[in-house]
Amino acid sequence: MAKILKMGPSPHIRTKETVDDVMYDVIIALLPALLAACYFFGIRAIIVTAVSILSCMVTEYVCQKLMKQDVQIFDGSAVITGILYAFVIPPYMSLVYVVIGAVVSIALGKMVFGGLGHNIFNPALVGRAFVQASWPVAITTFMYDDVGGATLLDTMKRGLSSDVALIENGNLYLNTFIGKMGGCLGETSALALLIGGLYLIYKKQIDWKVPAIMIGTVFVASLIAGANPILHIFSGGLFLGAFFMATDMVTSPHTPKGRAIFAFGIGVLVSLIRFKGGYPEGVAYSILIMNGFVPLINRYTNPKKFGEVK
Amino acid sequence: MKFFGFKGGVHPPENKIQTENQAVEVLTAPKMVFIPLLQHIGVPLTPCVEVGERVLKGQIIADSDAFLSVPVHATVSGVVKKIENLPFPLMGSVQTIVIENDEKDEWTTLEKLPEWKNSTKEELLGIIRAKGIVGLGGAAFPTHIKLNPPSDVKIDMLLLNGAECEPYLNSDNRVMIEESTKVVEGIKIMKHILNVDSAVIGIEDNKLEAIEIMKKACQGTNIEVMPLKTMYPQGGEKSLIKAILNKEVPSGKLPSAVGVVVNNTTTAAAIYDAVVNGLPLIDKVVTVTGKAIKEPKNLKAVIGTPISELLEKCGYNEENVEKIVMGGPMMGMAQLTLEVPVIKGTSGLLALTKEETNYCKPKACIGCGKCVDACPMSLEPIMYARLAEFSQWEEMAKYHLMDCIECGSCAYICPANRPLTEAIKIGKAKLRTMKK
Repeated sequence: MAKILKMGPSPHIRTKETVDDVMYDVIIALLPALLAACYFFGIRAIIVTAVSILSCMVTEYVCQKLMKQDVQIFDGSAVITGILYAFVIPPYMSLVYVVIGAVVSIALGKMVFGGLGHNIFNPALVGRAFVQASWPVAITTFMYDDVGGATLLDTMKRGLSSDVALIENGNLYLNTFIGKMGGCLGETSALALLIGGLYLIYKKQIDWKVPAIMIGTVFVASLIAGANPILHIFSGGLFLGAFFMATDMVTSPHTPKGRAIFAFGIGVLVSLIRFKGGYPEGVAYSILIMNGFVPLINRYTNPKKFGEVK
Repeated sequence: MKFFGFKGGVHPPENKIQTENQAVEVLTAPKMVFIPLLQHIGVPLTPCVEVGERVLKGQIIADSDAFLSVPVHATVSGVVKKIENLPFPLMGSVQTIVIENDEKDEWTTLEKLPEWKNSTKEELLGIIRAKGIVGLGGAAFPTHIKLNPPSDVKIDMLLLNGAECEPYLNSDNRVMIEESTKVVEGIKIMKHILNVDSAVIGIEDNKLEAIEIMKKACQGTNIEVMPLKTMYPQGGEKSLIKAILNKEVPSGKLPSAVGVVVNNTTTAAAIYDAVVNGLPLIDKVVTVTGKAIKEPKNLKAVIGTPISELLEKCGYNEENVEKIVMGGPMMGMAQLTLEVPVIKGTSGLLALTKEETNYCKPKACIGCGKCVDACPMSLEPIMYARLAEFSQWEEMAKYHLMDCIECGSCAYICPANRPLTEAIKIGKAKLRTMKK
């Protein structure tokens, strides 16, 4: 009896790359920032990140069981959400809020929409927005070297010291770039985030234009607003948002033109919130707002098809 | 001449090394040949022989009055045993003439025409049709029609597709290496018919030997060889024109709209044989390869040879095989049975293992847009699979579904292994039935 051959349409070969590979590339790219967090915040960074990842995976497991889906908690996507959520909260936030935020990220940010690929908003940012709205003090209390203090952006916002005064501290540019300052757990080191981002660009997982446009927009807007553009791009969550959230495949446009508009929109919103709004930081809300526009952007940015008569 | 390239495309593992240095071996004609009466784009032919009749090699055995048709010829001498519907490599079954080979190898009379330069365009086109020449790149479009564009369009460039961008395949490559003079003479005949001065042969830069040999063969002619960056689907007619001439064929139009005619290099060799030697198209070089093939080879087989004979000649590991594909891995057809014959458009026969196909369980689309970046036609394949799930066929048409060339780049690159090409094929079929 001859073997029954497999049928099916062409192509008959496919790339080795799977969704899991894409996800694990992102995880690898997040490692430099995690190492930087360990350097600045010590063991606390590991504890917060581990609790967040574990909470995300457990939540996804429970949701997938309840929804009678295949359990796919090891596909890497829940791990990414866990890391990203840990990265956007203060390192010394109570672990209770870490867990609550992580559960909300997965349950409300991802699984209510149907799971991987179906969510509209970045799950980690949904979790952060939820905690920020519910316990605003918990998420804006930063501690560094056991001294309670404000972040650089906060300081600049409230005009406690002018940019000029800040710069007098000779190493300020360097410190903001490498991340030696108060801030959320994974956001502080622009350098570490840049290394991870360049890895993703090298592996062709993200479009370099997205972070370039987003950061560039904030840079130009800072100049216009009369603020110090270099301090503005290196501080807050701009690099994390630009390399790891605005480039989130699921919640950003799929057309090249759409991605550019999306990145520009985030940059404009970040600038508006920072310079005209009530918050010192604006990356999380800007990305969430632009996530909402993605279907619209996709609809109106169809590429010019080959051979289209102009 | 500048190489412009085209947008999108993918670069799958080439897998050409197994057969690229294998000289073409002639496969002995089998005891029975199975000649399907549909080997070109167009309508099936009507047999002009009867069961029991003795036919000579090269004799026309079926033809049609239809515009889009070319005859088929007996590929062995022998007796017509059956004329019935039999399995066909492209789909379902097709009326097929079965000839029992008497192994006498008796040819019908062949009219040679070495002095073709004195012939008119019409005479040459008549010969090309009568010898059953179709485009040998895989689509099997009747060549005499391609070489006879409407009188109101001006053709100023002849492009030769020697790209062979499909992974695994080396049949065009071997023809260029082993029969370069035939290819060049065939191009001269085409230039004469089209009344164009120059021609360009595009060859991907993973075929350095073919590039060198063709360059030598083209010396002193107005034919240029242009190395192309290896990238699938470089050999797609529209991609090739974009890459070499930087011209975009308007949507829904033929290359003649931008003054170009494209033909395959193997077709050029067949045209030479047809005109100068009077030989009808009765055999084809087929690359037999894939990890389930023990000794990958390039075989010249007569049309109608069952693929089982080719597999046997090369040794085939039935245990490991996952898919048998006729053609290339990107656009070829999976075969259910080994009884199907080699036809004019067959350029490869692949026995692929599971490991090679890299198939994995489809997952949810993560919206990465890799399919959009890979599409050579600048379409949004991501939308097709989403819309097909909800039977939104008309919505699919708005996303220019009909412009898809079904090259498979999107489905190849998709990390979630979404059935993109499948959705497109279903969508196109649904739209066609809706139009009727």
